[in-house]
Amino acid sequence: MTARISYDEVEIGTELPVRTFPVTRADLVRYAGASGDFNPIHWNEKFAKEVGLPDVIAHGMFTMAEAARVVTDWAGDPGAVAEYGVRFTRPVVVPNDDEGAVIEVGGKVAAKDDERRTVRVDLVVKSAGQKVLGMSRAVVRLA
Amino acid sequence: MALDQSFVGRTYPATEPYEVGREKIREFAEAIGDTNPAYTDPEAAKALGHPDVIAPPTFVFSVTYRAAGAVVNDPQLGLDYSRVVHGDQKFAYARPVRAGDRLTVVSTIESIKSLAGNDVLSIRGDVQDEHGEHVVTAHTTLVARAAEEA
Repeated sequence: MTARISYDEVEIGTELPVRTFPVTRADLVRYAGASGDFNPIHWNEKFAKEVGLPDVIAHGMFTMAEAARVVTDWAGDPGAVAEYGVRFTRPVVVPNDDEGAVIEVGGKVAAKDDERRTVRVDLVVKSAGQKVLGMSRAVVRLA
Repeated sequence: MALDQSFVGRTYPATEPYEVGREKIREFAEAIGDTNPAYTDPEAAKALGHPDVIAPPTFVFSVTYRAAGAVVNDPQLGLDYSRVVHGDQKFAYARPVRAGDRLTVVSTIESIKSLAGNDVLSIRGDVQDEHGEHVVTAHTTLVARAAEEA
């Protein structure tokens, strides 16, 4: 259960490839079904506006799942993720059009632990030019 | 009204087992658009050293959040769920969740804070498999926004 990437090859400051993940209303409906989170703020515009949101917003856990892909694809083995945490700081607003929204994720190795052979990857997660997750960090066991 | 501090440390009974199925993992992976074969192809998962397909890291939230419902809906605690938003989420994994797991969750209230009139509730979900082995711990922080002045 370790990644294909070698611990020794990774340096502090190593950047992970930036990725963008589109998200449409249809994606949110699908995620609601798969995750069991049917909160109407994620699919019902009228309801979302009634509770003071600008529009339908993505599930925070959907955004967290997309951000993780930058780490799991880099590591090779998703089972190499030892810790993963985020703070939900700003909603990803998803308009009802053909475009939807875009989640942009970048990451950088911020720390190495020689004893555990793990690295900490700090992620920057944005949508519409603003950070949507804070303290977004994953600890990954490397080979 | 601020939540009762005496609930800190309270532990809720273990949930009934949640059986993780290959097709549920596939459905979840498709919903997040993730085509990593470790989620859908048992051979690919085995090549990485896993006995069966594994779940994406955030999959287990569906299980722990359902378990946290015992806390959120505890009438004695009196959380106003209609005002709750998800503040923080963390996972610490002993190993990835995989198909065939029968997972039980014990939820514990870790802390209750009041910040600017908002109730901030931290719940720990300890997830075990059918052998009693620790699989993952989920830390979920929920924020109940202060009611607006009438």
